[in-house]
This record gives sequence, structure tokens and C-alpha cells, in this order.
Amino acid sequence: MKLSREEVLRIARLARLGVTEEDVDKFREQLSNILQNFEILRQVDTEGVPPTAQSIVLQNIMRDDEVAPSLPPEDILANAPRREGECFRVRAVLE
Amino acid sequence: MNFETVIGLEAHVQLLTRSKMFCGCSADYATAPPNTHVCPVCLGMPGVLPVINRQAVAYTIMTALALNCTVSGYTKFDRKNYPYPDLMKGYQISQYDAPIGKGGWLGIEVDGQKKKIGITRVHLEEDVAKLLHRTDAGGEEYSLVDVNRSGVPLMEIVGEPDLRSPEEARQYLVKLRSILQYLGVSTGNMEEGSFRCDANISIRAEGSSKLGPKVEVKNMNSFRAVYQAMDYEAGRQRKAFSEGKKLAQETRGWVEERGKTVAQRSKEYAHDYRYFPEPDLPPLSISRDWVEEIKTKLPELPEDRRERFMTEYGLPLYDASLLISSKAMADYFEDATKTDAYQKLPPDKAAKEVSNWLLGEVSRIMNDNNIEIDDFKRKVEPAQTTRIAAMSSEGVVNISTAKLVMGEMFNTGKSAEEIIRERGLSQISDSGELEATIIDVINSNAQAVSDYKAGKDTALKFLVGQVMRATKGRANPVLAGELLQKKLDEG
Repeated sequence: MKLSREEVLRIARLARLGVTEEDVDKFREQLSNILQNFEILRQVDTEGVPPTAQSIVLQNIMRDDEVAPSLPPEDILANAPRREGECFRVRAVLE
Repeated sequence: MNFETVIGLEAHVQLLTRSKMFCGCSADYATAPPNTHVCPVCLGMPGVLPVINRQAVAYTIMTALALNCTVSGYTKFDRKNYPYPDLMKGYQISQYDAPIGKGGWLGIEVDGQKKKIGITRVHLEEDVAKLLHRTDAGGEEYSLVDVNRSGVPLMEIVGEPDLRSPEEARQYLVKLRSILQYLGVSTGNMEEGSFRCDANISIRAEGSSKLGPKVEVKNMNSFRAVYQAMDYEAGRQRKAFSEGKKLAQETRGWVEERGKTVAQRSKEYAHDYRYFPEPDLPPLSISRDWVEEIKTKLPELPEDRRERFMTEYGLPLYDASLLISSKAMADYFEDATKTDAYQKLPPDKAAKEVSNWLLGEVSRIMNDNNIEIDDFKRKVEPAQTTRIAAMSSEGVVNISTAKLVMGEMFNTGKSAEEIIRERGLSQISDSGELEATIIDVINSNAQAVSDYKAGKDTALKFLVGQVMRATKGRANPVLAGELLQKKLDEG
């Protein structure tokens, strides 16, 4: 089943990506392929296998509560598209 | 038709760790210049790896235990996607389906009735950056982003919709904050935003199980704001219902200055957080040993302390309840009892005297100046409060002078002795010193003297009052009465 045009636009919107009409057609195709691959994976019998959120065996990786130096504000702001004083400047956001 | 109000509260609590949730930047951002507590991890740069702060997890386990929750053996973090400039990464690391704690309760007391309020879950996430809204000279609105707060450990405590009135909501929050303060996991300061609260509120016709549309209320920055917002909202919903208007399921913001809630602009798209397991953080397996270790180290909680205040100090329930509701106040009380001056108070009344001062004059000063007990403590140490209580009890100064001295101590930071000396406020308890004043008062109040001689008791009170006036309140009123009576009976 191919993704609808609206579905692609919605996903793009959620990811804050601007897409052209051409993109929409291309992504309908590509995203649908990805979903189809997951359909294949779903055929695997997972009866009795506990769900996992991780493919690595690590767990309980934690650090002690110790303060480490931060970066100088100049470095932090180096890539800012717009800045004002020591802050990033962005378009108005409403609650 | 009668309606029942149904409220559920969600609290966000900043944890008192030294460093942030997933990086080593300092979490103490309150007075830091903008963007000075930031590193590539909390700035959300590509390719960085977050690492879980063990202390934040321990604090959350502690809180879960104090709220009678089950601590999960297995827990993990998830990504909550949310495109908003206060989230540098474009998502918040939170917990979705495996929170650290769940299924607990918190006890409150309403009109003497105990009531358990369910706790749905306690989970851990990260705070977001601070946005400062600005308008430039041309009228263009924009926002400034200070990333210092981004990544500070934030604990979310979700309560069941078990609250039935604004007062119950207020009590629940007061109690919750006091538990957090007793645990030492948060400052619980609402004005500064280290303890924040959102509410879900709806109404239902009495006897019906069908709830009206759920309204989410935000932007309540004090206990009083929560009470007022819930009170307003419950009234608004009832009115709309009885007028046959359709209530919307929406988010409303409390506007303090206007004393009302207003609908917040709804987002173009409904929230679609697309939660998924955080691939950068391995899951946590919380051992029983760790939980047991934390359990044995849990500090005394408010209810235990209230009990102890009643048995150890013989305080009435009322005093004990008020004192323990803030940990800092209860600490101040206990510090005040561990002073030399405390020994000068009559042993059977000492604790009650100190409590009277704290719940009376000290609370009045706190209310008048809109400050907390810690602010008061910076001006007047517990030992000073006990000293003033002892001076008043020993008769060095009378009670109204003592209150005056307390006010001066708070305003000037000077000691009680200094103020009494400087302003000549000590009580006159020496009969020789009062004699001249008494003769004066008798000579200039002929009418009252003859009234007294005619058997009118109130005349003596009037004369004592005149002595107090002449000595600017410094005379020991009991002694003045005795001396007056003696003089009048002689003559």
C-alpha cells in the first residue's frame, strides 16, 4: 500500500522539512518501500521473545553527578544563524 | 443541577543535582549569564552521546518510594519529538512506557478527613531552554534562546484525577512540595519555576459517571494561583453547562492579573510526539539492592515529623501541622529549641512559646514582606527569636515591645539587646523607678482616684493605663497595678 500525498506532507511538516511536488512523489515511493520492508520483518515469529528497545547488550551506563566545564558562549553561538547579545535569536514563538 | 469538580495535577520538578541530566554542565543556572552552562550535548549537536546522571535517577527512586510507588526493575528513556525552539535537539529525552515509578498515592486531609490521592507515575526527563520574548523597534516580535536550562533534570509526577475541589488541589500540591523538600531533591520554589504545575479539570453531573470535556490549565505560578485558577475554571464550566453552551476540550492559560483563564491558541497540528526508545541511552535495570539502600536512607518525612513534634515537644496538632508544612520552618523551629535562651523559657511551655512566635509575629512579618522563612532567617537567626521569646517571658520587655523589637531586628539585622538598649525599651520592674510616675498619675487624675475609692474597679485599670502611657509602655503592668493600689489604699 502506497502512502498518500497527505501522509507525506504531514510527515514532512512534523519534521519541519520543506518539500516540492516532485519530492512528494519520490517520498511516497521511498517511504512506502521502507514500510514494506517492515511488513516483511513482521512475519518473523517473535512468540516468547521479550520486546527490546536496544540491540546492544549494555545497560546501566550512568555517570557520577559531577560538573564538567561548559564551552565558551562564543563557541556555543558560533553557528547561530542569528544572534543577539549572548542569545540565539529565533522567530517569535507562541505558547 | 449539582456538579462535581474533577481535577488531576501534573507536577514538573527540577532536581537538585550539581550537573545536568545527560552532560556535565552545571545545573545551577539561576544566576548564570545566558549560554554559559552549555556544551555540545545539551546544545543538541549531531554525533554527541548523552550519559545518564546517576544521582537524578536516585532522586527519582527516592521520590517514587516516598509517594508509595512501585519502583520498576526495568526502565528506559524515550524520545518525544516536538519541533519547538526551546528543544535544541528537536526532541526531548523523556520516559514513555517504562517510567521509574508508578501506582502510588499521597495522603491529604480535608476538613479533618484523610484522603488518598493516586499517583499515576513518576518519571525522569530533561528541562528545556528558556525563551525570552522581545519586540524590536520596528514592532517585529521575536524570541531569544538561553540554553542554560536545557538538560536540567526534570522529574514529572502525574497524579490521578482524584481531586474534587480547588482546596484539595492546593493541599495536594503543598503536601507534595513539602515531601520533595524533606527529601532534599528539589527547592520546590514555584515562583522560580523549580516546581511547576499543570492541571486537568472537568465537571460531571452528580451521580453521573460521564465527565465533561477535559480542560488543561497552564501558567499557574503559585499555590494561590492554582487555587484561584481551579476555582475560576470550575465556575466557568458550570456556568457554560447550565447555559447549554458546548465546552471545548482545550488548553487554557491562567492570567494572574485578570483573575481568569483564557483559551490558548491551538497548534496547527495536534501533538504528534512520535515517541520511540532513545537509541543513545541503554536501558536501566534497577536492582532491588539499590532500591533497598535508598529506602533505608530516606529522611524523616513530614507526617513523621509532625508526630514527633507532638510527642517530643508536646505541641498541639494545629501547631505541629503548620510548622512541618514547610521543612525550612520546621528546621527553624528545631534550631530555635537548641539554643541557650531556650533554657530560660519555662520548660513546660518553652516549645509552645517558640511556636507561638513563629506562627504569630514571624509569620506576619513573612506575609507582610512576601518572603519565605529562609529569607527571614538571613535577618533573624533562630537563636535571636528564642532570645526575644525568653525576654518577653522573663518580663525584660512586655509582649507588645517584644513584637516591636522583633520587627526592628528584621529591619535592621541588629540583636535584640542592641535595639532594647538603643531605644531604651527595657521594662521597668523596679518599684523605686516607678514611684515618681505613679504619684504623678494619682495627682493628675482626681476623678479616677475618687472613682476607685468609690469601689469602681475599672478606675484602677485606667490608672495603670496612664502609667503605661507615661512610661511609653515600659512599665511592668503587674507591678504598676500593685504599686498604684498600695498608694491609693494608703492615702
